[in-house]
This record gives sequence, structure tokens and C-alpha cells, in this order.
Amino acid sequence: MKLTTKLMAFSAIVSASSASAVELEVMHWWTSGGEAAAVSKFAEAWDATGNTWVDGAIAGGGDTARPIMVSRIIGGDPPAAFQFNHGRQAEELIEAGLLLDLTDVAEAEGWAEIVNPSNLLDACTVDGRIYCAPVNIHSWQWMWLSNGAYEKAGIPVPQSWTEFAATAGDLEAAGITPLAMGGQSWQQNGAFGVMSVALAGTDAWLAVNRDKDAEVAAGADYARVFEAFGAARELAVGLNVQDWNQATAAVINDTAGAQIMGDWAQGEFAVAGEVAGEDYTCLPGLGEVAVLSTGGDAFYFPVVDDEEITAAQKELAALLLSPPVQVSFNSAKGSLPIRGDVDLTTVNDCTQKGLDLLAAGNLLPDGAAVLSPDTVTQLNDLLTEFWNTPSMTPAEVQSAYADIIADAD
Amino acid sequence: MALSEATDAGQAGPTKKPTRLFKNMASKIAALPMVFTALVIFVGGTVWTIVYSFTGSGLLPRLKWVGLDQYERLWNSRKWLVSIENLAIYGICSLILTLVIGFTLAALLDRKVRGEGALRTIFLYPFALSFIVTGLIWQWILNPDLGLQSVVRGMGWEAFTFDPLNNSSLVMFGLLIAGLWQGTGLIMCIMLAGLRGIDEDIWKAARVDGIGTVKTYIRVIIPMMRPVFVTSLVLIGSGIVKLYDLVVAQTSGGPGLSSQVPAMYVMTAMFGGQNLGQGFAASTMMLVSVVIILVPWAILEFGGKKRG
Repeated sequence: MKLTTKLMAFSAIVSASSASAVELEVMHWWTSGGEAAAVSKFAEAWDATGNTWVDGAIAGGGDTARPIMVSRIIGGDPPAAFQFNHGRQAEELIEAGLLLDLTDVAEAEGWAEIVNPSNLLDACTVDGRIYCAPVNIHSWQWMWLSNGAYEKAGIPVPQSWTEFAATAGDLEAAGITPLAMGGQSWQQNGAFGVMSVALAGTDAWLAVNRDKDAEVAAGADYARVFEAFGAARELAVGLNVQDWNQATAAVINDTAGAQIMGDWAQGEFAVAGEVAGEDYTCLPGLGEVAVLSTGGDAFYFPVVDDEEITAAQKELAALLLSPPVQVSFNSAKGSLPIRGDVDLTTVNDCTQKGLDLLAAGNLLPDGAAVLSPDTVTQLNDLLTEFWNTPSMTPAEVQSAYADIIADAD
Repeated sequence: MALSEATDAGQAGPTKKPTRLFKNMASKIAALPMVFTALVIFVGGTVWTIVYSFTGSGLLPRLKWVGLDQYERLWNSRKWLVSIENLAIYGICSLILTLVIGFTLAALLDRKVRGEGALRTIFLYPFALSFIVTGLIWQWILNPDLGLQSVVRGMGWEAFTFDPLNNSSLVMFGLLIAGLWQGTGLIMCIMLAGLRGIDEDIWKAARVDGIGTVKTYIRVIIPMMRPVFVTSLVLIGSGIVKLYDLVVAQTSGGPGLSSQVPAMYVMTAMFGGQNLGQGFAASTMMLVSVVIILVPWAILEFGGKKRG
């Protein structure tokens, strides 16, 4: 009897304490130095509300993390929240009713008014209901150049891709690999996307990626892109790294001249203590076409059968978009805030360029928002094969590319 | 009386068949959970996979029939063809080398070398590591900037180049080295156990007849170790077909597509590309190829014995 009462008392204490503090497991793939620093801002803010942030970081990037998240959701053991790139990745999970409807939070917090640009919220919306909380704007459209490397080679830092390609020989002569490229296929596909916006123009890019126009993909504008991408293969020889942050590290250490990578690379420069404009230069749209693609990360919340957790999930969703959290998170991560009414604490040269483009409305949707994951995988495979097969000609890859676009849904 | 009754019952057997079913009840009940698991999980799961490989399932399984579309796309995919080719290269090399190295090591240890226990532990030790750890270790050893190449260069051979993981035509052999390092120890132990099971008298007889040691191994001992080889073959074979984690840890399929394997194709299609149908079609093809190789062999190996 005595034991039973003790146990009952104990369980009462446990349930009482869990009523005030809810543990939410949050899964994400932010593991590089800058990313980890940024996600800790979320965790601090959430812990400050008296709840507990249980960190479920998965190393290896989105391609590794997404399957783990999806299998846990389908398997009936969902995390309380998880990171996805908003767009078409979560489409089917929403259709199957596995994700929590956040429309009431969005209405209470007025997301429709504060989220800028508004197409971020559109990417979270299915049939008029909102299912995700966007947390940042990331753009692929950047090239990062090492000022130190160009100093060593004794030439000025190029201001466009054309100049970069023309001066690549001087870098090689100085023993520097002109272009840093990681070995994973998404990096090669991403760099190709940036080059196609910059060299074929936004209209051609939209025709191919949004409208799935295979004729444009097989046309002259894109032929130019494939030629340039083929030539870029030569510029990356000599640096064998896998992860994107290792490639960024080569630019930071001045052993490579430049890297085409999204603005998340800026977090790495910040962690290494480099200053924009002095130690490194950034060129949005490769300095050819100044645009920003508005991809980014968003948090989705799986449906759980526990009202307490559901309430906490909604609380967390609101917190992620609140002004102080937006500022501290995006300052650490090097991304742009999703609301237009906050000022970042430390705005450097590059972030300012991004904010200016955002204000000017020179925006494109992100590749992940217009192409299905299936198509993206096929393009990853094709472009990584091209990148690593010197005997494959630009014409060959272009016709295969056009075939994939023609079949895309 | 009791005895004659029993024989009567035995003779009445043909008319009352069920006795055979209830023989060894205890062991049959004990086997039930495994039988159930095999039927529901393995056979049931396999049938389910094959059925859904004819659908256009995306992230979630859906019965939206698309006929043979998934298979058509599969066999038109360069990545799939490269995967199969890679698996064939890896499989053939791994099978032959594991058997040869495993047997040679076992035979050497069997010659009563000093410190056999220590050597056996050293050879078997890598097997205690998972493929992921093995892959990471060899990724570092084969990394030109940290591993073997830089060590040899540091010793003075400046022109030494050994960088298989970043070379499309050598990458499968970089994987093979790691696979062999991990797998041969176990095969060696099995072979050693087999060798220890050979009667000493065989060796004495061979010596009396004046047959050399190597010849005795090849002509007498190996044919006697047939069951041991069959066991090894099954172990190596299953290791080859499921080759996945080693590739993920060492190269993640690169450079380009040059170290893709079928299991990886399945994983990328299902979870990266959110295209379950395509992944199911690929895994069905993996099953079909295993069945094509295994069934005739199993009939030859096990079917023959019953008759004989």
C-alpha cells in the first residue's frame, strides 16, 4: 500500500511538472558551425518560455535528414516539429493530413501582413490553409570570392562571372583552385541553377523551371549555360571535398578563389571571423543578373494526439516568427528575416545587398518551390554525372536535361 | 499389450494422416513466431512492394496504377545501369578475393604459427565495426590530404599518387579495399573452423602418399570443405547485395554517379525523390536478380541431396 501511494505521489509530481513545461523534440539538419549557432538561438528562446527544446539534429544535410524525418512521421513516432525547405517537399504529407493546420496561429499573429515577401507564405499554403512557419529567406543566387586569393594572384577581385572566368588562369598560375565545389550532387545542381539564372536570364529560367518548357531548355540560351558549366568543371579540378562547408573553408583559407553557394555560406565566414568586403566579396546573381531567389527553411508540425503538445506546437510556431527571435536567429545564420518590420543587429555588406534586392522586389521563386523532389533528384543525378565525366559534352547533357524537364510534373 | 496397440496405431497411420503434423509439437510451437514473421513480414512485405511498384506512389503509398511505367523509367536511367555495373564489379571481386584471402589466411594460421590467437583476433577485429565506421576509417586513410598518399609523400616519394575515391574508374576498388578489410576476418574464422574439422589422418595419409602441402589443400582439403564454402558464399553474397552503408560513408555515390549501387538508388528514389513507386520497382528488380541466381543454385545444392 505504502509503495502504491508513493508511486502515485511520484507520478502526480511528474505529470504536474510536465503540465508546466512541455518537451518538444525538434528535428533539423543544421549542424555546421554557423547553423548550429543559429539554431541555439531558437532553443534559448524556447527554453526561456519555461518549456524544453529537445534538439534532434541530423548531420549530413537535407538529403540525409528528410528520409529520417519522413519515416518517423509515417511510422507514427513523429517529432514535435521538423525543418523542411518549404515548397513541394511536404505536399503529400499535408494531403495525407499528417501535418498540423496552423491557420489559427497565422490569423492570430497576422502572418499575412508581416511575412515579406508574401510568396513565402504561399509556399506554406495548401487549399487556403497554412501548414508551416517560415523562419528565414535563403537565396542560392550568390558567389563568394576570396579577396586574399586574388591578392596572392595579384589581380583585382572580379565583379561578374564573365570576369571570373576570364581571370581564372591567373589564379591557377598562383597555385589556387579557381572554383571550390563540394562533391555532393545537390551542390552541383544548385550551382547550375545559379548559373542558368545569371547566364540565360530570369525569363528563360522561369520558362524552364516553372512552366516546364522543354523547348527553352533545349534552346540557345540554355546552351550557353551548359557551355559555361562545362568549362567550370575544369576550374574546380584539384580540390576534392564533399561537404559544402569544406568548400567554403577553402575559400576562407584562400586556397580556392570562389564558390557558388547559397547565402548560408555567409554563416561560415562569420564564424571564421571574416569581414564582408574586406576578406571576402559576394556577388548576388553572379554579378550578371541581380536577383534573389526566395527559398528558405520552414518548420512543420506533425499532428499529435495530445492537446498539450498541440498547444505547445502552436506556441512554438508563433515564437519562431516573433521579432526578437527572427533577429537573433537570422543574424547568426546569415539569412534574411521573413518579416519586413525588423532590423538585423549586424548588417554587413552582403546582407545589405540581399536586403536591397528584397526591397526592390527582384525576386524569383526557389527551385524547390517549383520543381518536385522527384525532378530535383533526377537533375541532381544528371548534373553530377556531367560534372564528374569530362568526356560528356554540353550538348549531350542539354538534351538529357530537356527530356527531364519535358517529363516533369 | 501396450506395445502391440502402439504398433497397431502405427499401422493405421495411412488412414489417419494428421499424426505427422503433430509430431514434435513443442519444437513446432517454438518455431511458430519465426514462421509467422517470415510469412507476414518477409513474404507479405515483398508482395506488397511488388504490387506497389506498379503504382505512381509518391511520398506515401497510393494505389494509382501506372502499369510498367516505373520499370521503363528504371531501365532508361543511366544511374540504375551504372549501379548494376558497379555492383557486378564489386560483387565478383569481393566474392573471389574474400574467399581466396580468407582461405589463405586460415590455411596459414592452420600451419600452427606462433601467436595464432593474437593474429586471429587482429584479423577478426574489423568485423566488429559497422560498415559506417569502416567506411569513415577508409575515407580518411584514402583521403589524399590526410591518409596514405600524404604519409608516403611525407617519406620522400613526392610523385606518389593514390587517390582512388576521387577517381571515377578506381572508386569501386577503393570501396572494395574497405569491404575486404572488414569482411575477410569472419570468412577466415569460418574457414579455420572448417580446417580444424578435417581429420588428422587425412594429412597423414597425404604425407604417406608423398603429396605436397599445397596440392593436398587444393585437391583434398578444399573439396572436403564444401559445406564451409557454401556457408561463406551465402554470407559474402548477402553482404554484396545489401552493399549500401559502406558507399554512403565513403563516397555517397560519387564522384558523379561512379560509385552508385542499387540499394542506394532505391533509397534516393524513395526518400530523396519522394518517389516510392520508382524505389519499389528498383527493389523488385534487385529481388528478381537474386532469385534468378539463387533458385537454380539452391535446387542444385539442396534439391539434389534429398534424392541422393
